[in-house]
Amino acid sequence: MSLVALSRKKSPWLLHFETGGCNGCAIEVWACLTPVYDVERFGMVNTGNPKHADVLIVTGCVNARSGRVLRNLYSQMPEPKVVIAVGVCACTGGIFHDSYNLAPGADRAIPVDIYIPNCAARPEAIIDSVLHAVDLLEEKGRSYDARRS
Amino acid sequence: MGCACGDRPTSLDVGGSAVSVTAGFWLMVLGIVVAPLVGGLLTGLERKVIARFQGRQGPPLVQAFYDLIKLWQKQPRAVNRIQVVYAYAHLFFMIVSLLALLLGQDLLMILFIFSFASVALILGGLSVDSPYSRIGSQREIVQLLVYEPILILMVIAFYKVTGSFMARAAWGLGQPLIYQIPLVLVAFLSVFIIKLRKSPFDLATQLHEPHQELVKGIITEYSGPHLALIELASWYEMVFLLGLVALFWSTSWIGALILAAVFFSLLTLIDNVTPRATYAWMVKFVWKVGLGLAVVNVTCLYLG
Repeated sequence: MSLVALSRKKSPWLLHFETGGCNGCAIEVWACLTPVYDVERFGMVNTGNPKHADVLIVTGCVNARSGRVLRNLYSQMPEPKVVIAVGVCACTGGIFHDSYNLAPGADRAIPVDIYIPNCAARPEAIIDSVLHAVDLLEEKGRSYDARRS
Repeated sequence: MGCACGDRPTSLDVGGSAVSVTAGFWLMVLGIVVAPLVGGLLTGLERKVIARFQGRQGPPLVQAFYDLIKLWQKQPRAVNRIQVVYAYAHLFFMIVSLLALLLGQDLLMILFIFSFASVALILGGLSVDSPYSRIGSQREIVQLLVYEPILILMVIAFYKVTGSFMARAAWGLGQPLIYQIPLVLVAFLSVFIIKLRKSPFDLATQLHEPHQELVKGIITEYSGPHLALIELASWYEMVFLLGLVALFWSTSWIGALILAAVFFSLLTLIDNVTPRATYAWMVKFVWKVGLGLAVVNVTCLYLG
């Protein structure tokens, strides 16, 4: 594996966006950063800045207003980037799937790469998804390099 | 080199001799190639130590290098062109100030170039419309205002002891500077913390920490390779500041290394046990205690 590919795999910086739900999944995402789960050992840093992030974690139901913000954040992230929908609301809308004001899933607003359906998603599942996202990031990085050259 | 005045013989130039051309060349190679390796490893070590403080396993020691290479390979997305120029200028002036210190040049000139590096970062932060970046830049200006007098007093104390502004004058001393200007060294600790953006003075930005008060402050609008430049500059900066610390015990390699290690440990400890200060508190505290100590020390030098 080349040094670039290794570096891409070893340094996923996260951006977490809570679209405005019950915050259950958001708290589970935060739990990943605590000493119990310690995702920094995989090189993950919670950046809170789309311009620095590689992985976008979306939690909660997307509505018209937060969808606009979500699209904005996604478009500000530099390539290569991966989006993870955490929790059943972000995946399919969950119990709100036929609600009049909510989109059934974050993928109605932005392209989602990995889905973690659960209510709320377990930190173990979130860590697992980010480790999958890392492989995807490397793959997307390669195709980005090919497009650029 | 940024400092042409270094090789001009002056009446003030006592102590250590100027480095030869060959030695100067190798010192510059050392500065450009080895300094970022040391800086990157120290950054990794620091993150590891912080993780252990918090009962975590922490990232690998070479994490900083992974981050840098990844950032370098990301899509370049500048808000405007001048922002990129300032990022390069920041890195360039930081390298030049480190090289000038390694070659034992004029300390006043070195501080001047070092301030240029900070100003480049500030202008880069101010060149965009983001309020986070702008507030971060304004805080960086306040920090510049706070630590610059201490650095100037440090150089004055250095001149008083060695009789020269040349950094290489410290190499020819009989006893380490720390015996005569210990209070200046204590005052320099506050400059050290401010410049490396550690708590309690991490007002303008934090490079690796999940604090989100101002998103990322002054570097909010930098991304990808341009952020990598600033990251790289921060490694040079760390080595440069440790080099300034080492100047206080310039008579022996072991003493210099011990002093640098003590400063690095203190930095990590203070970063972990203190909360962030407001900028007003920082101005009051650093000017009262830091500047006070430095003034007392310089006054004693003149009187004694």
